[in-house]
Amino acid sequence: MSATDFGFTISTTRIVDFDAANRQRYEELLSRVPSYKYCIACGNCTATCTAGGMTGFNIRATHLKFSRGQYEGLADELNKCMLCGKCVLVCPRGVNTRALIVNMRKLLEES
Amino acid sequence: MFDIFVLPFCAGVVALLAVSLMKYIRWINSFSKRQQITIRRNILSIKILPAIWEMFRECLLHWRITQRNLLLGYMHRSLAFGWFLLIVVGFVQALMACPGGHPFYAAIFFNYFEPRSERIVEFAHSQQIATLMDVLLLYVLSGLFLAMLKKVWSKPLGMKRTTKHNLTDRIAKFSLWCIFPLRLLAEGATSSIYGNGGFLVRWVGTVIAAIGLDSAEIEYLLWVLYSLALGTFFTLMPFTRYMHIFTEVFLIYFRKNGVIEGNKPSGYTKFELSACSRCGICIDHCPVNRELGISNTQGVYLLQTIRNKDLWHRAEQIAANCMVCDRCQVECPVGIDLATIRRQVRSEAHTAIDKPVGYNYLERVHPFNAIGRIAYFGGCMSHLTPGITSAMEQIFKAAGQPYWYMDKEQSICCGRPLLQQGLVKQAEVLRRKNRDMITRSGATMLVTSCPICYQSFVKEYQLSIKVMHHTEYIDMLLRSGKLKVKAGSERIAYHDPCELGRGCGIYQAPRDVLGSVGTLLKTKEERANSLCCGYNLGNISISTDQQQLVRDAALGNLLAPNPDTIATACPMCKRSFARANAIPVKDIAEIVADSLVQD
Repeated sequence: MSATDFGFTISTTRIVDFDAANRQRYEELLSRVPSYKYCIACGNCTATCTAGGMTGFNIRATHLKFSRGQYEGLADELNKCMLCGKCVLVCPRGVNTRALIVNMRKLLEES
Repeated sequence: MFDIFVLPFCAGVVALLAVSLMKYIRWINSFSKRQQITIRRNILSIKILPAIWEMFRECLLHWRITQRNLLLGYMHRSLAFGWFLLIVVGFVQALMACPGGHPFYAAIFFNYFEPRSERIVEFAHSQQIATLMDVLLLYVLSGLFLAMLKKVWSKPLGMKRTTKHNLTDRIAKFSLWCIFPLRLLAEGATSSIYGNGGFLVRWVGTVIAAIGLDSAEIEYLLWVLYSLALGTFFTLMPFTRYMHIFTEVFLIYFRKNGVIEGNKPSGYTKFELSACSRCGICIDHCPVNRELGISNTQGVYLLQTIRNKDLWHRAEQIAANCMVCDRCQVECPVGIDLATIRRQVRSEAHTAIDKPVGYNYLERVHPFNAIGRIAYFGGCMSHLTPGITSAMEQIFKAAGQPYWYMDKEQSICCGRPLLQQGLVKQAEVLRRKNRDMITRSGATMLVTSCPICYQSFVKEYQLSIKVMHHTEYIDMLLRSGKLKVKAGSERIAYHDPCELGRGCGIYQAPRDVLGSVGTLLKTKEERANSLCCGYNLGNISISTDQQQLVRDAALGNLLAPNPDTIATACPMCKRSFARANAIPVKDIAEIVADSLVQD
């Protein structure tokens, strides 16, 4: 029986499988940027982001995806960052967000 | 006129010349295209004259160091200029003594051969020249004494910290330190047998005799040791920091001819690396050392580490831990382009991620028709300090100047933060977009509020229109009378932002502007000596706490004369100081906008 096109599908699963997720890179990221431990995911960085003003680029989401090992499309997303540094200045927790982005990009490239 | 003991010296000289020549030829061959063209165009130009003057002033007299500290300058000068004169006068002495010509080592071991060789004849003023040689030797020895003193007590020479040298450097230094005392002792021993030499040498000769040493026995040994010390030093020279002795001469010549560092390391970079004498002057002034106590990441260690290929990983770490405040570059007596070399290392470390593929979304930003207007570029940071941008808008309106606030809605970064991290290709994409926007808008001039953007626009954009920082622009408006301000009694301390001051040399315009609205106070460390505000974008390896320590030092300097307001000309510095909540911190634009007089 051929598949019928209903014009919609069921949404893809959003379950994060922590057994499958490779947390090694995340641990490495934490050791390279220790201040990341203080992140409370408040989203100030995303709100002020220069690239975020023009695209859907969301720093907080990239951090989250990286920590969960969901690397698909992440490198392309991070390439949008202009490294302007506004996010560092607005972070209430003193997270070195620029170092975070540079190191996430490097870690994604290193594997 | 030969003895077997001259061989170590001769071998050292041959090794030194052969290795240095080989290195220099290889380096010159690997100059970048652009650098080669610059050299070829200028090779026979008149610029050689100021170059020779600078070589004499810096390589021999060490003028820049003398201006920092008299004693330190004396130390370097006595060793460099003193030794140079010792060689020159020695050759003159040998030339006069041997009219029939002499082997080149005769000048170095003159006192040994003088009473022994029949080719050396009696010549006019021989005693005066011997005395002069002794004076010069004493001059060098006094510098040597200071160098030794510096090792144990560096404070009188104006240095808190001195460089930690590696093993080869230390061996070379030891042999260098041995050369002159050994020469004195050897000449003294000869003198006590034959009675030749000047006042100093004769005196040493009598002392040797007086303490009961048999001169005939030790004389030969001393000459052997002297020759060995020379040979060791010369052989090691091309592999140690002492390579700077010759390299600085070349570096000055190339620099005077307009050669500059490129984005990638080239042969010229090798010259810069080897021209570093590892004097360590950069260490004391670096904020990372001063405020954070990290004393192994300064320029001297960066260059030292790059020269050793095995330590590349360490070089990357060193290059990353820098505020890019350019203070070291101002202090460096050799004038090495430390900032660019650091960026080259960062660039190499980030090659894998330097992909200019993510900025397609910028295509959606379109230029505005701004013919006849001034383009105003607030910069990303100014969006976090809206006081500055609204003050600038107020000033434009008050001066009746039509403007286009080009990054009001959709701001595009100038690219310098990327460039500082060595992401050269990515930065180029942003620059191309901004350049295109500005050119197509038809704007007549570009005014920017952020010194980071300003430096980028001035040095990296090659725009055809004039670029001004808002301090210069306001200064111009005030001078031409388009803007009128009322003078107040506010006591203001001004902070020179690194990028504006050391980066672009703008020190006077902001001071003139502030002088017309209030009382400008002097601070201890200002202008080229200004301290980093701690929050710059250059360093991504230190933490916020560490940034605050750097900030506090700069704040302390500003608060010392007890001002009412701290003024700065950089949104980043403003935010940095404002966070400390000490006293009001305002940008110059805000201060001027507050004291505008409406006609």
